[in-house]
Amino acid sequence: MTPKLELKTVSYAYHSLDGETPALSHISFSVMPGEFLAVVGPSGCGKSTLLSLICGLAEPEEGLILVDGTPIHQARDRIGYMLQKDHLFEWRSILSNTALGLEIRRQLTSQRSEELKAMLKAYGLEQFQEKRPSQLSGGMRQRAALIRTLALKPDILLLDEPFSALDYQTRLSVCDDISSIIRENKKTAILVTHDLSEAVSTADRIVVLSPRPGRVKTILTLTFSSEHPLSPMERRKAPEFSAYFQLLWKEMKEHDLPVS
Amino acid sequence: MIFPFRKPAPPAASPKISPAQRSFLCRQQRKRRLVLICRGFLFLLLIGMWETASRLSWIDRFIFSSPSLILNCLWSMVLDGSLFLHTGVTLGETLLSFALVISIGLGAALILWLSPTLAQILEPYLVILNSLPKSALAPLLIVWLGNNTKTIITAAVSVALFGSIMTLHTGFSQTDPDKIRLIYSLGGKKTDVLAKVLLPASIPLIISNMKVNIGLCLVGVIIGEFLSSRAGLGYLIIYSSQVFQMTVLVSSIIVLCIMSVVLYQGIAWVEKKFLA
Repeated sequence: MTPKLELKTVSYAYHSLDGETPALSHISFSVMPGEFLAVVGPSGCGKSTLLSLICGLAEPEEGLILVDGTPIHQARDRIGYMLQKDHLFEWRSILSNTALGLEIRRQLTSQRSEELKAMLKAYGLEQFQEKRPSQLSGGMRQRAALIRTLALKPDILLLDEPFSALDYQTRLSVCDDISSIIRENKKTAILVTHDLSEAVSTADRIVVLSPRPGRVKTILTLTFSSEHPLSPMERRKAPEFSAYFQLLWKEMKEHDLPVS
Repeated sequence: MIFPFRKPAPPAASPKISPAQRSFLCRQQRKRRLVLICRGFLFLLLIGMWETASRLSWIDRFIFSSPSLILNCLWSMVLDGSLFLHTGVTLGETLLSFALVISIGLGAALILWLSPTLAQILEPYLVILNSLPKSALAPLLIVWLGNNTKTIITAAVSVALFGSIMTLHTGFSQTDPDKIRLIYSLGGKKTDVLAKVLLPASIPLIISNMKVNIGLCLVGVIIGEFLSSRAGLGYLIIYSSQVFQMTVLVSSIIVLCIMSVVLYQGIAWVEKKFLA
C-alpha cells in the first residue's frame, strides 16, 4: 500500500543576516491512509516548520515530500492545516468564517454551502452560524476553525497544537470532539504537540523529534487492548496509557542530558 | 459540550435593578448633567466677559471686536451671500483634497505593501517629504502652478499625503502574520490576503487616518488660500487683516472652527456606521 504521506530525508534551515539556523535535519517517516500520527519534541525542535513544509507553505532545502506517491506541490489542495489559534475573523459571521477557504478557492457553490450548514449542525454550531466569533466559547471557536478546514475536504489534516490556547478542561473535551470528528471522517491526521498525554491519548503512532535541529529519534506505535477504538478520554483511563506516557517521558528526558 | 455564549450587559432600564445599581446610575447621570451645565456656563461667561469688556471700553473694540459685532457681521454676510461663497469655496477645496489624499494615500500604501522592495527604496524620500514643513512649498507651488485653485489643492494634498501613506503602510505591515498564513494555508494568493484580511482588518486604521487627514487638509487649504486665492475663508482672513477689519477676521475664524468640527463629526459618523 502506498503511504498517504511520505517524507524522505527532509531538511530545512532558516536564514538571516546573523547566520543559518538548521531547523530540521534528514526527517523521514510515512503516514498510512486513515492513520493518526502525533509529532512530539522539545520546544524549538522544528515541529511547526515540519507542518509548514508538508502544507507547502515552505520548500524543503533537501529531500522529498510525497502525497500518494506524487510530489507535494501537485497535491497542496488535498492538505488542510489547522493553526494554533482559531484566527476566526471578527468582521465575519461564523458561517462566513467557515466558508473562507471555499471562497478563496472559488468553490462556494450552493451544494457546498448546504454541506457546510450540515456540518455546522452536526457539530453543534447551527444556532451560532450568524454570530460573531467573540460571542462563542473557546471550544466552539476551535470547532468552527476545524469546520473551515474540513469544508475543503482535505485528505490529510495537519494540526498545529490546536488545543494549546484553551483552558485545561475545555482542552480535554475539545480534544475528544475533534479527534472523534477526524476518525469518523477517516481523515489522515498529523498532530504536532508538546503535550505528551495528548499525543498518547489521540495517536496511532508517535514520532519523537530531537532538539534543534530536529531529527527523528524514535517512532512509537501505540496499541490498546480493546475491541472498539478508544476515544482520547477512554484511553486516558486505559491501563496502557501510563506505560506509554512513561516511555515517552523517558525518551524526551534523554534530550536534557548534555551532549558530549 | 456547548458553552452558552457571552451574556449581553443588562439594559439600563431593566425592571429588576438592585438599589445599589440604581444609585450608581443616578450618580452617573448627575455627573453627566453637571459637566454639561458647566460647559455651557463657561461658554456664556467667556462671551459675556468679552462683550462687557468691549462695551465698557476695557479693551479696544476696533482691535478685539466683540460678540455682538461678530454676530452683526455674520448676519450681514449671510444677507449678501458672501458667507456661503467663502465657506463653500473652502469646504469644496477641503473635500476635494481630502478625497485625493485618501485615494492616493490608500493606493500608494497598498503598492508599498505589495512590494516591500519598493517600500525600502522609497523610505528615505517619504521620511524627508513627511518631515518637510509643507508651508515652505507654497511659494514654489504658486510659481509652478499659478495663482489658482490648483495651487491650493496641491498645497493641501502635500500637507496630509505623506504622513498618511506612512501611517497606512506601517499599519498594513503589522497585520497578524498568522492570519496571512491562514489564507495561504487555505490555498489563497496575495490578492486574497489583501481582500480577505488586510483591507477588512484595516478599516479602523483607515478611519482614524481619515480623522487626522480631514484636519490636515483644512490646514493645507487655508495655507493655500493665504497665498493665492480670490475667495475662501483663508482669503477672507488675510484680506480682512490687511484692511484691518478685525470683526470680519474673527468671524471667519469662528466659521472655520464650526466647519472643522462639522467635518470631524462627519467622519465620526461614518466610523459609527461602519464599525457598529
